[in-house]
Amino acid sequence: MLDIQNISKTFNAGTVNEKTALDGLSLHLNEGDFVTVIGGNGAGKSTMLNAVAGVWPVDEGKILIDGVDVTRLGEYQRAAYIGRVFQDPMTGTAATMQIEENLALAARRGQRRTLRIGITKEERERYRTLLKTLDLGLENRLTARVGLLSGGQRQALTLLMATMNRPKLLLLDEHTAALDPKTALKVLTLSAKIVEENKLTTLMITHNMKDAIKYGNRLIMMHEGHVIYDVSGEEKKKLKVADLLAKFQVASGSELANDRMMLS
Amino acid sequence: MDLIITRLANLPGALPGACAQGLIWGIMAIGVYLTFRILDVADLTVDGSFATGGAVCVICLLAGQNVWVALLAALISGLICGLVTGLLHTFMGIPAILSGILTQLALYSINLKILGKSNQSINVDKYDLLISLRWVRDLALHNPVIMVAILTVATIAVLYWFFGTELGCSIRATGSNPQMSRAQGINTARNTVLGLMVSNGLVALSGALLSQYQGFADVSMGRGAIVIGLAAVIIGEAIFSRIFHNFALILFSVSVGAVVYYIVIQLVLTMGLDANLLKLLSALVVAIFLAVPYWKGKYFAKPVVKKTKKEDQTHA
Repeated sequence: MLDIQNISKTFNAGTVNEKTALDGLSLHLNEGDFVTVIGGNGAGKSTMLNAVAGVWPVDEGKILIDGVDVTRLGEYQRAAYIGRVFQDPMTGTAATMQIEENLALAARRGQRRTLRIGITKEERERYRTLLKTLDLGLENRLTARVGLLSGGQRQALTLLMATMNRPKLLLLDEHTAALDPKTALKVLTLSAKIVEENKLTTLMITHNMKDAIKYGNRLIMMHEGHVIYDVSGEEKKKLKVADLLAKFQVASGSELANDRMMLS
Repeated sequence: MDLIITRLANLPGALPGACAQGLIWGIMAIGVYLTFRILDVADLTVDGSFATGGAVCVICLLAGQNVWVALLAALISGLICGLVTGLLHTFMGIPAILSGILTQLALYSINLKILGKSNQSINVDKYDLLISLRWVRDLALHNPVIMVAILTVATIAVLYWFFGTELGCSIRATGSNPQMSRAQGINTARNTVLGLMVSNGLVALSGALLSQYQGFADVSMGRGAIVIGLAAVIIGEAIFSRIFHNFALILFSVSVGAVVYYIVIQLVLTMGLDANLLKLLSALVVAIFLAVPYWKGKYFAKPVVKKTKKEDQTHA
């Protein structure tokens, strides 16, 4: 479904701040793969997701989604294939617009936006049903401005917006990191449920190694801009946190350093 | 004191003119609202595109065109001004404020070329104008207050429809959260250009109406227009923001804001203020009104205390 072929990205090339964030990264995702991504600070996890989403062009390499070469497409063009949830709950929704307007914007992802009416009556009913599945009481607040919602509610809404059209690829960038533990668990459980029900091909970055083991059918570990460990199936299910730490030491020759991991 | 009262007695006579001017500038202010509040861009093109609208309209009328054709031509000229600023900003990567200033500066030359000289008058007796300050007391459709009020309502109706469409919603999203918009497949660069075009189209339309109203177009007629537009937006919000939440009503409040602005200006002029100080006064008014919400948040942000006070009053 997703084919990343040997991509590289260097920021601030030619300056003292030069940073090679992706270094010949290759990764292939089969349809329906739910991959968790872990790695230390600056390993290139978010950079990989941004490269796939097309936030900026990569220096070299190719990115294919479902056989379509999207390497040269802009961020908004690739959005037709991709649903995204960001780390910051403020990023994924338009705060000054209503809940139903946000959903209507997401429902038209990948379609031409015409002079037809922005939200139809049938859509409203559909959104009400969809919001009910979140179990947050949002189905009665369709016309409330999103800025009034809590971080967890906004993140759940973003998740719904990212997945309601069954995207070919779902990118979750530490999307529970900014939430309190209870809300984070709720959003994470919801994410896993939606991914499983819709059999979405998913890349999820997490700083929590237990979560990385618990969720998904495959786990990759990144270091210095490429994948150093890739495990799936039965082998992944049997993994322990200690195994991951050991693997990291063997593969990279150093301790796994991630501020958030240390704290969690 | 007596002098002031005698002068104030002249105010009612000057009110229709102030209302007409306010309504005309109100259409420009709606354009400013679109960029300033919806797109979240401070667009300084308006000082130039306002005069461009006036110039294009007067030249079309002098060439014998129908007044509606002239207004349409002015509107299109404004769309082009917005397109230029939009491309400078999105395609050439120049910051929005600077893009607007560049277009505005370039437009000064262009407006001179359109007009052929710095000031071109148009005689209301010889040409079939839509509005004129001469008819400000007539009880007829061509009374500028009535005619511009109708045009304002029509403009608001069209904008209300447009910003409710799929495309219009995506423009609002672009202003609200560009990152989210791109993630939802919205071409934010194109939408910014579109928003700037619509805004400047309205500004130019307003300039065209003013040139007819005052009977001439002048290269510097748009000087300080952005400040007047912002003043109207802010006054409208100050008066109506608590009661008006509907988009159409918000646009309406901007128009009312412009009328209030012109009535206040008329009031201080009638009371004997030196007309040369007008721009200074406008800038002060806008600066203070822009500061009020900031001060409110900084020094008076105690909603809980306020609530209990209210309850005490009701119980007392």
